[in-house]
Amino acid sequence: MEAFTRLTGLVAPIDRPNVDTDAIIPKQFLKSIKRSGFGPNLFDEWRYLDKGEPDKANEGRPLNPDFILNQPRYQGAQILLARDNFGCGSSREHAPWAIYDYGFRAVIAPSFADIFYGNSAKNGLLLVTLSAEIVERLFNDTRATPGYALTIDLGAQTVTTPAGEIFQFDYAAGLKHRMLNGLDDIGMTLQKADAIRAYEAKRKQSAPWLFAET
Amino acid sequence: MTARTLYDKLWDAHLVEQFDDGAALIYIDRHIAHEVTTPQAFEGLKLAGRGLWRRAATVAVSDHNVPTRDIHHISDPVAKVQLETLARNCREHRITHFDIGDVRQGIVHVTGPEQGWSLPGMTIVCGDSHTATNGALGALAFGIGTSEVEHVMATQTLVLRKAKNMLIEVSGTLRPGVSAKDLILAIIGRIGTAGATGHTMEYAGEAISRLSMEERMTVCNMSIEAGGRAGLVAVDDKTIAYVEGRPGAPKGEEWTQAVAAWRELHSDPGAHFDTVVRLDASEIEPQVTWGTSPEMVLPISGRVPDPAAETDEVRRTGIAGALKYMGLTPGTPLAEIPIDKVFIGSCTNSRIEDLRAAAAVVKGKRLAANVTLAMVVPGSGLVKRQAEAEGLDRVFLDAGFEWREPGCSMCLGMNPDQLLPGERCASTSNRNFEGRQGHGGRTHLVSPAMAAAAGIAGHFVDVQKV
Repeated sequence: MEAFTRLTGLVAPIDRPNVDTDAIIPKQFLKSIKRSGFGPNLFDEWRYLDKGEPDKANEGRPLNPDFILNQPRYQGAQILLARDNFGCGSSREHAPWAIYDYGFRAVIAPSFADIFYGNSAKNGLLLVTLSAEIVERLFNDTRATPGYALTIDLGAQTVTTPAGEIFQFDYAAGLKHRMLNGLDDIGMTLQKADAIRAYEAKRKQSAPWLFAET
Repeated sequence: MTARTLYDKLWDAHLVEQFDDGAALIYIDRHIAHEVTTPQAFEGLKLAGRGLWRRAATVAVSDHNVPTRDIHHISDPVAKVQLETLARNCREHRITHFDIGDVRQGIVHVTGPEQGWSLPGMTIVCGDSHTATNGALGALAFGIGTSEVEHVMATQTLVLRKAKNMLIEVSGTLRPGVSAKDLILAIIGRIGTAGATGHTMEYAGEAISRLSMEERMTVCNMSIEAGGRAGLVAVDDKTIAYVEGRPGAPKGEEWTQAVAAWRELHSDPGAHFDTVVRLDASEIEPQVTWGTSPEMVLPISGRVPDPAAETDEVRRTGIAGALKYMGLTPGTPLAEIPIDKVFIGSCTNSRIEDLRAAAAVVKGKRLAANVTLAMVVPGSGLVKRQAEAEGLDRVFLDAGFEWREPGCSMCLGMNPDQLLPGERCASTSNRNFEGRQGHGGRTHLVSPAMAAAAGIAGHFVDVQKV
């Protein structure tokens, strides 16, 4: 996984609450057995006027001119600005894979769904939670200012506006360490192998049925 | 000792190590795999040269892509590769796998409890957000992403942060014709789709005690639609009677020992809940969703809401957008909305009691002329066999419904069972998101009896009056 330290990036706003993972990456693309290549189908149903299929080329498909990410001013955006409960719905990790593959490195919203939050952190996609009031202001500023960019510093846990205004955000220490260093979760957990074995040995005594053959 | 909630007890029993930043290493007893969210995890293991920590903890079943008409003909080559990849990965790692054609094959959250793969007191994970279904057994069960699937297979643990405790206390009794599905939809309508975010939900109270095990599964199943990653019901006599004799249930001396341990799986009197929501079951009517989020739900006696009446701007825009997608006019009585299709199935409502409830409404009647397709998709091969033994298949077929093979089917339409653009469906599934059941499809979530009644009437109807 890529480390996330500091980023200054163009902001694109997606102004609706409860953006679900079916909208982020529709089910037909979940048939892939790969982790990459989902970017062209991010928000597929909103982004294109026709129906996307996993084996269909995306170049030349009719774009929905009303969809925000299709506007020229938001091309190359790396920060997605969103509303409450972003990423609700299914557990598909294809959602953060698609957002990341498209080119976003961070999402700012007042709240996120739990599973999506965990999945994003495991893929180097930084989710920044700011209050609804601040997010509302950022929406207004993004719309009013072409080329509006924010700087996110994970080390300092700050978001800085072009005017120099700074907003702090919360981020759990363990997750932050992993994100800053791009660490592999499994490798870190396997350092605890002895503790896991000790737990299993004890548990086998008290609840042997949990270790039955399948 | 301090009073603990059921969630506290399950958490404590699986704690391997507590970390300083509030996260903890939690042991996972059971991982259930399906074809959609595991291929990248198996590939990750291979690339890192890692094996499974404990092979017997993982079991697998094919469900999302499975065709429901001719099970041996998978027309989509991409889906076929995904199904074959699961079969190959299970062979390589010697994982028990119920593949297409095995009578035990079914939707992962139907098969898990049915086979006794899921037991009270376990931690159960699966790369699917409806894993919370298994919480009906008094197990801590929740959906995970693919990276976590790989993590569980490699380490038998997950790094988690403990959620808050939420109590949903439901007093009273559900009225005849009002089901567990109506209850959970009413709860979601009350607290919203993010109402339980960051919480583990425990369902308790007289109405929950009265529910059968399958009804409790329906309730726990949709915890995620309220934002809760896990839903729980305490163990009681019904739980133990349900588990006894299942293939994966403990036997002999171990059964006695297990039952004694399971009897402790309830919240202690006076245990602290961070959030408490109280409902009276007797006030709940059959529910119908009208929008594109499960919280957009009303009793059947209601009318399509008017966005102009909403003061909050974000919500107003949300309602207007949903009505546009759904093709609905404010003020229309829900009971006057005509439907095109009926889907009875999904991990929410495809068990034998669901099929019995739908069949009872359908018996001796015919589908309305405007309904172009009504399909019944049993949750597993065993549910299908049981239903056929009871003659339910004949009841549906005689009424003009299609009787299909088990799988996830039109709940998410990864297989060929999909809505066409603009088609309106009375569906017993769990999500009414845009495009969920097919590009441009319009989903109304209802109970099995309500879906069946809508199929017969051609529009939504209060099943209490049928």
